[in-house]
Amino acid sequence: MLVSIKWLKEYVNTQDLPPAELGEKITRSGIEVDAVIDRSEGLSNIVVGYVESCEKHPEADKLAICQVNVGGTVDQIICGAPNIAAGQHVIVARPGATLPGGMKIKKAKLRGEESNGMICSLQELGIEGKLVPKAYAEGIYVLPENAEVGSDVLTNFDLDDTVLELGLTPNRADAMSMLGVAYEVGAILEEEVKLPEITYKEAEDKASSMLTLHIDSPEDNPLYVAKVVRGIEVKESPMWLQQRLMASGVRPHNNVVDITNYVLMEYGQPLHAFDYDLLETGNITVRHAKTDELITTLDGNERKLSLNNLVITNGKKPVALAGVMGGANAEVSKDTTTIVIESAYFASGSIRQTSKEHNLRSDASSRYEKGVDPNRVIPAAERAAQLLSEIAGGEVLAGSVIFDQLKREERIVKVSPDFINSRLGMKIRFDDMLGILNRLQFKTEAMNNQLVISVPTRRQDIQIEEDIIEEIARLYGYDEIPSTLPETATTPGGLSPYQLKRRIVRSYLEGAGLLQATTYSLTSEKSATQFAMKHTELTRLLMPMSEERSTLRQSLLPHLLESVTYNTARRTDSVALYETGSVFLKGHDELLNEEEHVAVAMTGLWLDNSWQGEKKAVDFFVLKGIVEGLGDKLGIALDFERGEMDGLHPGRTAYITLDGHRIGIIGQLHPSEQKVRDLKTTIVMELSLAELFKEHTGPLKYTQVPRYPSITRDIALVLSKIVEAGTIEKLIRSAGGKLLKDVRVFDLYEGDNLEAGKKSVAFSLTYFDPEKTLTDEEVTAAHEKVVARLKDSGAELRS
Amino acid sequence: MEAQLNELKTEALEKIKAATNVKELTAVRVAYLGKKGPITDLLKGMGKLPAEERPKMGALVNVVREEVTAQLEERMVILEEQAINEKLQSETIDITLPGRPVKTGNAHPLTRVVEEIEDLFISMGYEVEEGPEVEKDYYNFEALNLPKGHPARDMQDSFYISEDILLRTHTSPVQARTMEAKGGEPIKIICPGKVYRRDNDDATHSHQFTQIEGLVIGEDIRMSDLKGTLSVFAKKMFGDDREIRLRPSFFPFTEPSVEMDISCFKCGGEGCNVCKKTGWIEILGAGMVHPNVLEMAGYDSKRLTGFAFGMGPERIAMLKYGIEDIRHFYTNDVRFLSQFERTEV
Repeated sequence: MLVSIKWLKEYVNTQDLPPAELGEKITRSGIEVDAVIDRSEGLSNIVVGYVESCEKHPEADKLAICQVNVGGTVDQIICGAPNIAAGQHVIVARPGATLPGGMKIKKAKLRGEESNGMICSLQELGIEGKLVPKAYAEGIYVLPENAEVGSDVLTNFDLDDTVLELGLTPNRADAMSMLGVAYEVGAILEEEVKLPEITYKEAEDKASSMLTLHIDSPEDNPLYVAKVVRGIEVKESPMWLQQRLMASGVRPHNNVVDITNYVLMEYGQPLHAFDYDLLETGNITVRHAKTDELITTLDGNERKLSLNNLVITNGKKPVALAGVMGGANAEVSKDTTTIVIESAYFASGSIRQTSKEHNLRSDASSRYEKGVDPNRVIPAAERAAQLLSEIAGGEVLAGSVIFDQLKREERIVKVSPDFINSRLGMKIRFDDMLGILNRLQFKTEAMNNQLVISVPTRRQDIQIEEDIIEEIARLYGYDEIPSTLPETATTPGGLSPYQLKRRIVRSYLEGAGLLQATTYSLTSEKSATQFAMKHTELTRLLMPMSEERSTLRQSLLPHLLESVTYNTARRTDSVALYETGSVFLKGHDELLNEEEHVAVAMTGLWLDNSWQGEKKAVDFFVLKGIVEGLGDKLGIALDFERGEMDGLHPGRTAYITLDGHRIGIIGQLHPSEQKVRDLKTTIVMELSLAELFKEHTGPLKYTQVPRYPSITRDIALVLSKIVEAGTIEKLIRSAGGKLLKDVRVFDLYEGDNLEAGKKSVAFSLTYFDPEKTLTDEEVTAAHEKVVARLKDSGAELRS
Repeated sequence: MEAQLNELKTEALEKIKAATNVKELTAVRVAYLGKKGPITDLLKGMGKLPAEERPKMGALVNVVREEVTAQLEERMVILEEQAINEKLQSETIDITLPGRPVKTGNAHPLTRVVEEIEDLFISMGYEVEEGPEVEKDYYNFEALNLPKGHPARDMQDSFYISEDILLRTHTSPVQARTMEAKGGEPIKIICPGKVYRRDNDDATHSHQFTQIEGLVIGEDIRMSDLKGTLSVFAKKMFGDDREIRLRPSFFPFTEPSVEMDISCFKCGGEGCNVCKKTGWIEILGAGMVHPNVLEMAGYDSKRLTGFAFGMGPERIAMLKYGIEDIRHFYTNDVRFLSQFERTEV
């Protein structure tokens, strides 16, 4: 909502506050002022000029040499506008003038001809092009003939004005009108509101003699007022009206349309004007549309209607989409002489539905959707009639044609002063409360220690006690509320075990050198299931904004890999990212099974200490080590079993398992996947945190620090390449007896000295007895059992 | 013999003096004091002396030996120290060369902000509650006093999956769920999470972003409690000298509703580019829980009241760190992410 302060002053005394100060007061007490716009900013030395003559520039086709009377002197000004002509009153920026954007006007020579200033368009005065009347959109603006030559354009045509841009919340529909804002400002400044005085002369003929009205759907249209005005001359509106509309962000068209818009801005009540003759039937019938009925609206679009849509008809065919937009078939044009003014109350739900269905929002529909003041429907029609008679030379027929079943009593809200103070934590005096309600012009009675408040119908948002609390508090001043803390029982607060473990995972991974990434949950249908561990149906949005963000992800990896590529494409060759976030799987009920996962993607160098000759590229085992460490951190024994997944290297992929249950995947990207993603060797991992955190590891218990030394023996084995070290390790552990405490691979050799298809793996075995120092014999005995078992299994001992 | 001994002594002492390193000195020791050295030889040769001369000679030889030994030890200490010094000298490294890098990662700036807020409220006795990102229309809207067709639903254009299921547009459904689950009991929670709205991604809009909300319900919770709580939050999060102000606003689920501004942490209220010359920065929305919301979750709104507040970690991070484009949070440029490593303590 744009509020011209000059206009506002017609209804309320703004106490000549500087606009910024007024704006601040409005913001602090209820409605946020988003901007304070000085319409004259950067403008100076702009006067009314009269074009005495206008001749073609001899050297330039598109320029004209004008002799312009600027009050006392006649200056030569060169003008390039296509609509310049002698006899016009125009806006002249004289030498020394400034225009918005810091442009300075100087005497100049244009193609050899002197020019003493500039004849201006409205755009050049800083008015948005979309608000400039169409007739002047491509050229200079022409002032009315009675404009005083040499006078200041700014003061004479209301450009010395400031506009407050209000950021209205949906509850404050009452402030979508100048009167509504006036009530608000009146309440803030403790000033009275002056309503427009409506008087005009009526014709003897009655409106009902020319128009009949039939309302078919009173539930959606409980009140309809029509006035008939004849003898109208459709022309340009006076300057003050045009300026007020432009200040309000409305483009002037002609006097009839401008008046309906003016009253809309003034009262917040949408009006519509029909050309009476084009209505053809002298009848207005409001009904629901028939299925597939057609109407061409004023924006030129033909619309197919449905039973939900309320339409205004002439008894036969639709002439307007009720409360949303008029029809082209009864549009007011310059040939119009008789009009019907409609002012109606349409139910917000109905308008909302129609507006949504046709994706059509107008100044009218946005007000109906939020609810208009039922008590302004009739006054608005009268106000329009008055202006039509004053400005458009119209003769208003007596009375109105009216259908009225609308209830419009004031709502009664009762609230006790104690309740107000206890909810606010304040001690506002009873008199102060009364004073504030009085400023809001809410009629209030005090009964049995209760305030009985009649809420004016313009404030549809005030319904319950808490609404009254807010009204009182905001006008009393939120700064007056003290600061206290809740006096509730002290609660320990804290994270749940799950949340705590998630933080442990994060800090561990960060400690391990990974950066936390955050990617989008919505992805393309194609990548939604890539790398997904569980395959479920896709979940698509009903109305995605793009295919790229149409489907909920089932794996974190596709987007995480995109982030890796983003970085490598920007020459960050070594990237190590992790993310925790939900994947979305089809669940048992209508909600999805949201499972939190952690994923890692890494490429490039893991260790880069070049000057000491240490460089290590990331590989499977770097990430495996991180995952193993994560298990240790959580006290959970994670296992790895050979696995496979599309997009991963078939020989370098493993499932991460917990108690034999697959909870994650780790592997190197398949070379072809790397190529598609423009990546070098990249290792990835994804793990279900939900599954991981199911395990409760319980309290930690200390084991005594060993008092006796342990003894280490090594074994080197020659194995077939297909035998996995893990298998041998398990064999050793099972054969080692209780003295064997640890088994570690310490060497792997696959070189030339071995038979083809063989490898050599060396294990280091640690023996230990917590009770005593082990003897060589005891260790040898245990170790020989291991060796024997290995030999039995076909492993070849390497000497 | 005595003369021979003195000559030997002089010679040995000279050699000791002449030795320039441990090795040479060790050679001197071996040469003069060793088993095959001249002093040992002299002692061995004592048997040939007349018996009455032996003690005198023996004492004399011992004196010489002790003196040579003492001088040698003394010299040895000096030369050893010299040797160590030479070794240290040769071992000097260029300490300006870079250290062996320790690979460190760090949290995403949004996590950093969220955890800071979580921890702050945890210290005030709040619990952290989370909920589904794909939510029922009921919890996202209806239970929050936003029935179907309510104009305020337009404030949050939503991604629907079906008529009744959508991506949550705020974290408030977690409040609705918690209230329902608590069955009329007092509540003190903070709810962080991802939310989604139909917005085109640009420098200031993101179709996915994060929120963190708080909810307190109890007996006689007052608006002053909300103000006091927010004031503590503002000071802890943005500095002790922050002031707050409340401005009236509107949210369907609270009444009265407010927005909270803090005095600008950059200029302290003088007016600068961060606060757009107003001296104040809008930080969050809040209000007293609407009685309809309480009643719908089974609370007696006459007996129990509450307040709620909500804010956007993106906005806070952007203000706090001076980040100019919200898309940075989701692009994961390492050059961006790695800037949030160090502590601010």
